[in-house]
Amino acid sequence: MKQPSLFGRLGMRLGYRFNLIGLSALGILLLWAGIALFAPRIIPHSVGEIVDTDYFGPVSRDLWFGSDYLGRDIFSRVLMGARYTLGISLAAVSIACFSGVALGMTAAVAGGWLDTVLSRFLDALNSIPSKLFGLVVVAAVGSSIPALIATLSVIYTPGAYRFARALAVNVNTMDFVVVARIRGEGLPYLIASEILPNILGPVLADLGLRFVFIVLLLSGLSFLGLGVQPPYADWGALVRENIGGLPFGAPAVIFPSLAIASLTISVNLLIDNLPSRIRDRSAE
Amino acid sequence: MTGNLVEIRNLRVEATTDAGRRVEIIKGVSLDIAEGEILALIGESGSGKTTIAMTLMGYTRPGCAITGGEVRLAGVDMMKLSEAERAGIRGTSVAYVPQSAAAAFNPALTIMDQVVEVARIHRLMSPAEAQAKALSLFKALSLPDPDTIGNRYPHQVSGGQLQRLAAAMALIGQPKVVIFDEPTTALDVTTQVEVLRAFKAVTAQHNIAGIYVSHDLAVVAQIADRIVVLKDGTVQEMGTTNDILEEAQHPYTRQLLAAFRPKTQQREPEDEGTTKRPLLQVDNLTVGYGPRSRDGQPLINAVQAVSLRLDRGRNLGIIGESGCGKSTLARAIAGILPAHAGDIIFNGRELGKAGRNRTRNELRQIQIVFQHADTALNPAKSVEDILRRPLTFYHSMRGKARDARVSELLDLVRLPKSVRHRLPGELSGGQKQRVNFARALAAEPTLILCDEITSALDTVVAAAVVELLKELQRELGISYVFISHDLSVVEAICDEIVVMYRGQKVEQIASTGLATPQHPYTRLLFSSVPKLDPGWLDNLEQNPEEVRAYSHQ
Repeated sequence: MKQPSLFGRLGMRLGYRFNLIGLSALGILLLWAGIALFAPRIIPHSVGEIVDTDYFGPVSRDLWFGSDYLGRDIFSRVLMGARYTLGISLAAVSIACFSGVALGMTAAVAGGWLDTVLSRFLDALNSIPSKLFGLVVVAAVGSSIPALIATLSVIYTPGAYRFARALAVNVNTMDFVVVARIRGEGLPYLIASEILPNILGPVLADLGLRFVFIVLLLSGLSFLGLGVQPPYADWGALVRENIGGLPFGAPAVIFPSLAIASLTISVNLLIDNLPSRIRDRSAE
Repeated sequence: MTGNLVEIRNLRVEATTDAGRRVEIIKGVSLDIAEGEILALIGESGSGKTTIAMTLMGYTRPGCAITGGEVRLAGVDMMKLSEAERAGIRGTSVAYVPQSAAAAFNPALTIMDQVVEVARIHRLMSPAEAQAKALSLFKALSLPDPDTIGNRYPHQVSGGQLQRLAAAMALIGQPKVVIFDEPTTALDVTTQVEVLRAFKAVTAQHNIAGIYVSHDLAVVAQIADRIVVLKDGTVQEMGTTNDILEEAQHPYTRQLLAAFRPKTQQREPEDEGTTKRPLLQVDNLTVGYGPRSRDGQPLINAVQAVSLRLDRGRNLGIIGESGCGKSTLARAIAGILPAHAGDIIFNGRELGKAGRNRTRNELRQIQIVFQHADTALNPAKSVEDILRRPLTFYHSMRGKARDARVSELLDLVRLPKSVRHRLPGELSGGQKQRVNFARALAAEPTLILCDEITSALDTVVAAAVVELLKELQRELGISYVFISHDLSVVEAICDEIVVMYRGQKVEQIASTGLATPQHPYTRLLFSSVPKLDPGWLDNLEQNPEEVRAYSHQ
């Protein structure tokens, strides 16, 4: 038997096993989160300042990711863009999953007409194509950060609802829920104490996936010019601004795309490689 | 080669856990089976009975591996063969009858196609010969309509018939050894008698040796020539059936035998009992499932007009086969499944049919304990949290007082304090059932409905749980409604026994009058419970008309 690594031993002590892929994905995510938090302190140049005489400049010692279509520093703009991409997506996914999961558990436990009404209403909402819905809302009320967050969360609530309801329906038939019901417990207790702890794992994994979808949809909307508006720019908007540099192979269009890819792929890999609890603890 | 048909020498099987640790499941087991001999492996769950039986086919479950010893079948060491050679032996020299035949049959193929499959795969005989052979096996296993039963699909025959068909499937390749893996555990006692008889006849007729895996000593006594008692992967005791039953040496074997002879509940009748108000009275209760039709009747009535009466401090047993409506009756009394008609009178007051129409105090007084402690305890909550909730909910207890009460409850059900912080998944089956019971006690009920609470437990553990229930009754004065398909358990704890058949109450008898049941179904049911006497099955005489009248079609 091979000797477990230092990290493996640490995980063993905590009762969890965490593999290398999951760990590196977590590292990248933490890096982006740190950047989003501290971006104004670490950017080398102001985001609006024109620092290069040439546009679509190459990678250099001073401009790490090259310069954009106006000669601004892309490195600084990507770091600041992380705030918009991560912030808006995180807010939207939190709202979507909170309301979706809460409604889903309520529908599963309450059953009857409430379940039917909620399910049909959210199915109807689900049937609207998400990008079209985003286009219509932005066209109607204009693009602002609160409007974007609201739109994205409305689009992704039905999915979270369906997922949570399907899980909660299974838990709801277990004997321990019957015991709690016949004890006389009310709906809030059943949901919070009997159902939620047993569906939390899959719900968190779903939250991660939904976060990825929202990042991609937000980037897509920004790429179409409907998302974050200038002078601010998220990663999608950065790709759109610099799309003219694509024929020249400008780094200005490559790096924001890589940023989007690294974030979404990391989240996916982390979810596929979440730490797993070691059932056999007697080896300690 | 002058040795026995099967020779297992110093067998070791190891499993690898998810932490990478290796656990020895079988620790050096040696045994022999002569030609035509039936050897029984008995022991509690996790003792390695099935694992040993499977090694005869050179097979271990995923994650396990045979790490030492020899398994010789007719002189051939199964360990030294390649997987392809082993596959050639499986079905022709050694065959397997699974515990759940219902799960082992493919629902999309007819029974005949599946029974002759072994002959087809090994090219043993022509399809016509195989079908003729199958028909003769159907007859030998005393299956009804042997000529046409092969054309049916698995869902069109009963559980007992399917189990015999699984045996036919195993026997068609004319194996020298058959592995029976708890083949009657999932069957009702009345069906079990027929299946055991069929197995016994057919193995004797074809001179087939067998390994019979079971946890039920009485069943094993009927069919085995020799018994091996296992515990924790080692052989505790080995001997002929008579020796084991009469002169068991090992303490564990004695424990098993003792668990089989629970003492009958004997109490003097109370004189003033007749004038007292009954604790629970059920009048003409009808419970059903499915959508209501226009006249208000549910689609299927699981319980039809059943009446019961239970006095304070007394216990009532409800027995019957699976599907007779005994659990549904308990659920209706608890208010989980609202009754369709009839009255439930508890302590002189009529209860609402559905749980939500009852007051909190009414709900508190009747608690129900379910069969499967695994699903009855929330896997995400610690034992402490599980026990605290009813204390907070019914008695508004907080802080120190509540913690002290949790300790008391754990004491009551004989659990160590150290389990407080554990999750249900970290407890054994018997421990879980005790926590399950402690939660019901936390409500301080006057009546506990026990729905098959010992069925999922090993014999020894179940006997301990029944003892515990009796002790608690003496200390706390609770009444039980005890639902089970196992007569000996009900007999051990109940004053009165209700026998149910197809949703109806057939008979109610006092546990003192068990010897003289009146109703023919009760007679059939009671006589079908296996006894430890090895000659029981051979001497058992049941009225064939009664058997036919109450067998499942």
